[in-house]
Amino acid sequence: MAPLEETPLVAIDAVKVDEKPSNLWIDAWRDARRRPIFWISGLLILLIIVVALLPSVFSPVNPFTEKCDLSLSNGDPTAGHPLGFTKLGCDVYARIIFGTSTSISVGFIVILLTTVLGLLFGAFAGFYGGWIDATLSRVGDIFFSIPYILAAVVIMSVLSQYRSIWTISLAIGLFAWPSTARVLRAEILRVKQSDYITASEALGVSKIKILLRHVLPNSIAPVIAITTISLAAAIVAEATLSFLGVGLGGTIMSWGNDINQAQRDIRVHPQTLIWPSLALSITVFSFILMGEVVRDALDPKARALR
Amino acid sequence: MTATDASTSPIDRDSITPLLEIKNLQVGFRTQRGEVTAVDGVNITLMPGKTLAIVGESGSGKSTTAHAIINLLPGSGRITGGEVLFEGRNIAALDEKQMEEIRGRKIGFVPQDPMSNLNPVWSVGFQVEEAIRANGIATGKQDVKKRAIQVLSEAGLSDADKRLKQFPHQFSGGMRQRVLIGMGLSSDPKLLIADEPTSALDVTVQRRILDHLEKLTRESGTALLFITHDLGLAAERAEQLVVMYKGKVVESGPSREILQNPIHPYTQRLVAAAPSLASRRIQSASKPLEDLGYEATRVTEGVDLIAAAESRVDAHAAVDSAPIAIEVRDLTKVYKIRGGKGSGSTLKAVDGVNFQIAKGTTMALVGESGSGKSTVAKLLLRLEEATSGEIRIDGTDTAPMKGKSLLALRRKMQPVFQDPYGSLDPLRNIGNTIAEPLGVFNVGDKKSRRARVDELLDQVALPKALVTRYPNELSGGQRQRVAIARALALKPEIVILDEAVSALDVLVQAQILQLLSDLQAELGLTYLFITHDLAVVRVIADNVSVMKSGRIVEAATTDEVFGNPREEYTKELLDAIPGANIPLGV
Amino acid sequence: MAGYIFRRVLQAIPVFFGTTFLIYFMVFAMPGDPIVALFGDKTPNPAVIEQLRQQYHLDQPFIVQYFLYIGGIFRGDFGTSFSGEPVTQILARTFPVTIRLAVLALIFQSVAGIAVGLVSGLRKGKLFDSSALVVSLILISLPIFVIAYVAQFVFGVQLGWARTTVGPGAPLQDLILPAIVLASVSFAQIVRLTRSSVIETSGLDFVRTAYSKGLSRKRIVPVHILRNSLIPVVTYLATDFGVLLVGATVTEGIFNVPGVGNTLYQAIIRGEGPTVVSFVTVMVLLYLVVNLVVDLLYGLLDPRIRLVK
Repeated sequence: MAPLEETPLVAIDAVKVDEKPSNLWIDAWRDARRRPIFWISGLLILLIIVVALLPSVFSPVNPFTEKCDLSLSNGDPTAGHPLGFTKLGCDVYARIIFGTSTSISVGFIVILLTTVLGLLFGAFAGFYGGWIDATLSRVGDIFFSIPYILAAVVIMSVLSQYRSIWTISLAIGLFAWPSTARVLRAEILRVKQSDYITASEALGVSKIKILLRHVLPNSIAPVIAITTISLAAAIVAEATLSFLGVGLGGTIMSWGNDINQAQRDIRVHPQTLIWPSLALSITVFSFILMGEVVRDALDPKARALR
Repeated sequence: MTATDASTSPIDRDSITPLLEIKNLQVGFRTQRGEVTAVDGVNITLMPGKTLAIVGESGSGKSTTAHAIINLLPGSGRITGGEVLFEGRNIAALDEKQMEEIRGRKIGFVPQDPMSNLNPVWSVGFQVEEAIRANGIATGKQDVKKRAIQVLSEAGLSDADKRLKQFPHQFSGGMRQRVLIGMGLSSDPKLLIADEPTSALDVTVQRRILDHLEKLTRESGTALLFITHDLGLAAERAEQLVVMYKGKVVESGPSREILQNPIHPYTQRLVAAAPSLASRRIQSASKPLEDLGYEATRVTEGVDLIAAAESRVDAHAAVDSAPIAIEVRDLTKVYKIRGGKGSGSTLKAVDGVNFQIAKGTTMALVGESGSGKSTVAKLLLRLEEATSGEIRIDGTDTAPMKGKSLLALRRKMQPVFQDPYGSLDPLRNIGNTIAEPLGVFNVGDKKSRRARVDELLDQVALPKALVTRYPNELSGGQRQRVAIARALALKPEIVILDEAVSALDVLVQAQILQLLSDLQAELGLTYLFITHDLAVVRVIADNVSVMKSGRIVEAATTDEVFGNPREEYTKELLDAIPGANIPLGV
Repeated sequence: MAGYIFRRVLQAIPVFFGTTFLIYFMVFAMPGDPIVALFGDKTPNPAVIEQLRQQYHLDQPFIVQYFLYIGGIFRGDFGTSFSGEPVTQILARTFPVTIRLAVLALIFQSVAGIAVGLVSGLRKGKLFDSSALVVSLILISLPIFVIAYVAQFVFGVQLGWARTTVGPGAPLQDLILPAIVLASVSFAQIVRLTRSSVIETSGLDFVRTAYSKGLSRKRIVPVHILRNSLIPVVTYLATDFGVLLVGATVTEGIFNVPGVGNTLYQAIIRGEGPTVVSFVTVMVLLYLVVNLVVDLLYGLLDPRIRLVK
């Protein structure tokens, strides 16, 4: 038996306030900033966004104004054209740099769309329940049951005369939102059970205020986590559609288009296919990595899996 | 002094070697901040066929000690020092293969939560049979099955042969716990470790299962190592007690001795705060406490529940003629059950309930899970609408209230809920949480609200520094204090406490009960105290209503219900309070 | 179980009508002449246009058109392709090839994915686990057409281990490389899902109880850990079938596999709108059926679902 001096009694339920205040978001930030992959992916994403915003800083050649030279078809790299030329004699490097903004724009427009739709459907279905939930969830099921790339193929086929960044984003986003809605709905159903929600009801706080003040802020974390990954998926979707030839028109720089154009010469000139593929893959990889960090940081359960 | 010294006579000590002898056990967990010691130099001795209980609060290291014995520490935990001698062999040094031989066959284990300890995808029979086969108790399909049926019937599961094919989710909590006990005993082990085996169950079920477990281990001569947070339960069920605090053993010896004459101040605190013991004491003390030689001053710090109850009784002697604050008449709530067989089936959660609560008094509504007691709270709070019946607050029917009058009602009546981890919004700091009611009702300006928050924190004995803190930094008891502060923000007259102290450790629980008592005296509050734990009722309530299957089966003053229960069910509930057969020093 | 099947089938009905309506709506409720829009910059033969107008009943009000179209689907009439061949006839020819490819890919991704994920989860934090995580992240980041070209170039052109395009009749050995490509993305997801599921299950109370009964690790890993971890993996396989269909379209196109996906691929790059719509509809219906079947299997895997009244 331990003598008294070995186990001194401490006050019952003593309050400890020596550490810095913490909640989910503060903890998430503390967790994320300790991880190297957060900084690596963050810097890559930052670089990609800067390239997208200011392509002319990175490429002296402007593919929009400079005509391609057919005599340079599939040409090797020369001074000022570090990655060589495409079949049509265009500068591969310049096209990659100027194509960045396309991928990034589509990615962000799509997640804006899926987040807005997903939040509306998920929040109302989860919070109000009953017939509202039944109706909204069935609508979500229907949209979920058409793989979004297939749906986008149909939409883009119909909209063949109106191909732009906006239409392709709409085509992808219109069928990609149900996964966001499902995640949010499940989370809201969980949060809604909490006693602090009942306590607010007992205070007479209105339903919509409870939703906005307590329920949504506490359910949003998993949505943010999957949104980062959805961004990567949207970039892949645009590239896939452009690769299939139902994406963006020929006048818009797009990595998917370039890969599509290069595929016929893969045996003899693989470099025209490899460089845009690499740009695409690195971009997607950066967002996927960031998605991992965000998910781990926001979900203590996911953190335990590391 | 060790447990052995106290329990065995000199003759025994020479002739019998202990079944289990834990010597200077150290257990550490690796964390990001280095190794954290969870168990620090624990010594325990258990003789064959005897029972020993380890008592302690959450975080005391009691469960970790139990898991260390069979080398099943969770996560990064490992034994960092000391010995675990089982039949003289140090099993802390065994490899995994040798440990498998011991587990199940020599040492059985009954875990805490019956809901999570059976694999949901396999039938109950499958899970019992695999234990029997792994320990070589029976071979051959028929023999194994026969043994499984025998084991489950012995554990008190009726129709065991038919139930083998069923899955865990088709069983109630009590039935699952019987299955787990059957599994633990399936190979006739020499030692059974039971880690809070019944704390997740209803009190009456709890008692039946413990009685049965006691009978089984006594008959087979199995030694029992019992882990619990309830001192009364431990003393009732075990010959020897080991009290753990912060990873160390602070006191050990024969149960009665410890209960009657606790030496360590921590044990003294525990004895003073355990509701089960307090309710027993109050009951046996028909004479004033001083005459019994009871000294409240013996408790150095902490809460003496008996003293608290005494002062309550004094304060409430005068409230007999107080006006009625809450009156409930023929309250009924019927739920439609969806998805059940045949649509339109219904459930009467509350069935013709009547009661009155006088201003400034406390009524306890006692019942087991599914009795409808929490539904009554929801109906009172107008979170749900009653199917029929009447609720009058200060004489006014609440059913027709809408808009402004409903808000006025909400201002008058506030709830505190059970789950300390779910009762506060994790993303709002404590200041904002407590101030929320003030904002909803537009009370005062920013400055006066801040002042009111400080005042409230003071009332619930929390430092003002907590204003900028978040709930995850607080303990369960502190969160409940914050929840109480929020409930009091609008100066309500009535507070509905729905299992408000049930999830807390005993010492913290006693502290909160004391706080509630003080607040009632100070502010003249009326409490509806909903709980499953009759022991707590004894120290806080003036009147008791016992609920079963939606109906109130007995209602009287607390003294009457405890001293002279009329209903069989009430008696059963009272019997279920642990410690009935412990002679106390008072 | 019967009740569960009944309810699940009942739920599938509104989804069937919803999805077909949505596809039909997207094509035929757009402003302008849908047939002209579907052909894009091509100018089709007036006879073809007339035939399509009849096939889609464009002289009728929209909702009537839709129900006539649904009636066609129930009779097995998915319309006629650009070349004039009935879609059902094309399906009869190409479907077996796609099934072979898809089954091969499914086997690769689930067997390899679950195996790698299990080992990874049981050895959390070890070298094998870290490598598996990195490889799977890279695979997830590579669009399937990039993987397909890299595989075609490396294994087909440079190493010469496999044929770059699939020969007539699509013999099984020619399908191995496309199937691995098709399986790669989902393989990575399954590795990650199995891993996290295994880690989570390993920490559950009933696993500790299984150890406390005296069971060996050799028994606990397959019977208690893997068995329970498979439940979310199976759910994933169902929702992932959509990715497999899109992947099959790209892979079959690149490796020239004569399957359903390739037919769609060719129709898309040639801009043959009506054929695209027909085949997308076929794939969506296939997706619905697969999800229904997997949900029913799910009931077998999880008694908590099977035994609900």
